[in-house]
Amino acid sequence: MATTSKGLFGSSLARKYWMAISGLFLCTFLVGHLLGNLQLFVSGEEGKLAFNEYGHFMTTFPVVKVLSWITYGAIFLHTVDGIMLALQNRAARPEGYVKEKQSANASWASRKMALLGTLTLFFIVVHMKSFWYEMHFGELGVDANGNKDLWSLTVKAFEQWWYAAFYVIAITGLAFHLSHGAQSAFQTLGINHPKYTPIIKMTMTAFAWLIPAGFVAVAVFLYVVQPGQNL
Amino acid sequence: MDLTLKIWRQNGPQEKGEMKTYPISGVEEDMSFLEMLDYLNDKLINDGIEPVVFDHDCREGICGMCSLFINGEAHGPGRKVTTCQLHMREFKSGDTIYIEPFRAKAFPIVKDLMVDRSAFDRIQRAGGFISVNTSGNTIDANAIPVPKENADKAFDAATCIGCGACVATCKNSSAMLFASAKISQFSLLPQGQPEAKERVLSMVNQMDLEGFGNCTNTGACEVECPKGISLENIARMNRDYLFASLSSNK
Ligand code: HEM
Ligand code: SF4
Ligand code: FES
Repeated sequence: MATTSKGLFGSSLARKYWMAISGLFLCTFLVGHLLGNLQLFVSGEEGKLAFNEYGHFMTTFPVVKVLSWITYGAIFLHTVDGIMLALQNRAARPEGYVKEKQSANASWASRKMALLGTLTLFFIVVHMKSFWYEMHFGELGVDANGNKDLWSLTVKAFEQWWYAAFYVIAITGLAFHLSHGAQSAFQTLGINHPKYTPIIKMTMTAFAWLIPAGFVAVAVFLYVVQPGQNL
Repeated sequence: MDLTLKIWRQNGPQEKGEMKTYPISGVEEDMSFLEMLDYLNDKLINDGIEPVVFDHDCREGICGMCSLFINGEAHGPGRKVTTCQLHMREFKSGDTIYIEPFRAKAFPIVKDLMVDRSAFDRIQRAGGFISVNTSGNTIDANAIPVPKENADKAFDAATCIGCGACVATCKNSSAMLFASAKISQFSLLPQGQPEAKERVLSMVNQMDLEGFGNCTNTGACEVECPKGISLENIARMNRDYLFASLSSNK
């Protein structure tokens, strides 16, 4: 049997392995990010100082720095790979159907992964401009401990209804992306087992809705309570 | 029953096609879908119109020759059924039925509803076999022990008739369900082991060369497959390819 193979680079299956690995890595990143955000539930001077201390730690601690570069890399890989997959998939059917009943056999989220991913990418760009850019290159004031005042920047952003609304919509899009993607990644990596797959599907579906629900809860809290007004 | 048929007509591979409307009456519930098309073609021939070209052979759900995208679904509205086994009682008098060819770059249209599915044959030729000499020195099938579960799974995979409904229904025109079934039917059995790595690497490579899309795990193929081929096969192919890529000699 003559063998020719593109191995782990370039073949259709390999492209999906990279998608799944980068996607699952980003899922773990979401957990870390959410744990940080939960500190925003503590208002007042005490919460502000603690959050800014955390912000200082996250931008200076070497291990976190390395992790953040891996995260940028994962977003880049996931995006470029996703675009390549989507282009190939489109090219595989140059002429479509006149009548097509896609909802008869596949979930909405699974059919809209590229759209939901693009929405997420747009959100990431806006989000990084709002906080990451300002933290690294913007002109932030300092708090009583001398740390950059990321807290005030954050709570002020979410006092604006349109910013909070955009955030909630984008995170909902991410939830749908994950409702298919988080469990699909296991199938991509070859994990499908009569005993474990139902557990994986249940766990990852819960993950897909609960993690975004946490982000949304923080945003809604900030908008409703407006902790920046009391300081 | 009276029906309005909207059928894709296209004179040849390079020609532009379009949907044409054919009202038809006198269709009986007991006709199979293909018999209904035969009946239409009789009428068209009588009226001096080119009959509609469509693929078929066994008409008993075992050969994989029939195709057709009917009312937005491969092999029509039924589950685990080929177009030749679909009957007109699934429709109501007065219905409009859309009949289109399977759509994929890798399945070019020959004429009207007939598409060229030889890309599947080339995937099969790339590794869907075992290299043994079967002339005169055949070994007794029971000489090699096979676990019952694996024999059953290999048999299930081997029931794929190569119809291409999985490709037609997939939003990416992906051939993963077909290819994974054809790989699994060997990789589950001891006889398939010596060439297992080369097989999965070669067949996936050929599948990519043919211009099929990638798998988004939507699961549409499994729902529309007339033989109920399971997504488990795609996962098996995914892990076999991963391990073969990491451990092959080339
Ligand atoms: C925090 C952000 C994100 C996370 C956690 C995430 C996670 C995932 C996961 C786990 C998958 C499943 C992979 C598989 O089926 O094997 C996936 C698929 C996908 N992602 Fe993302 N993703 C994120 C952002 C993005 C972005 C920014 C894009 C690009 C524009 C994107 C585009 C896609 C596409 C197109 C797929 C489907 C690929 C396919 O199956 O054909 N995602 N994502
Ligand atoms: S996997 Fe199912 S749908 Fe695909 S070719 Fe085989 S029998 Fe047809
Ligand atoms: S004609 Fe043989 S399966 Fe339908």
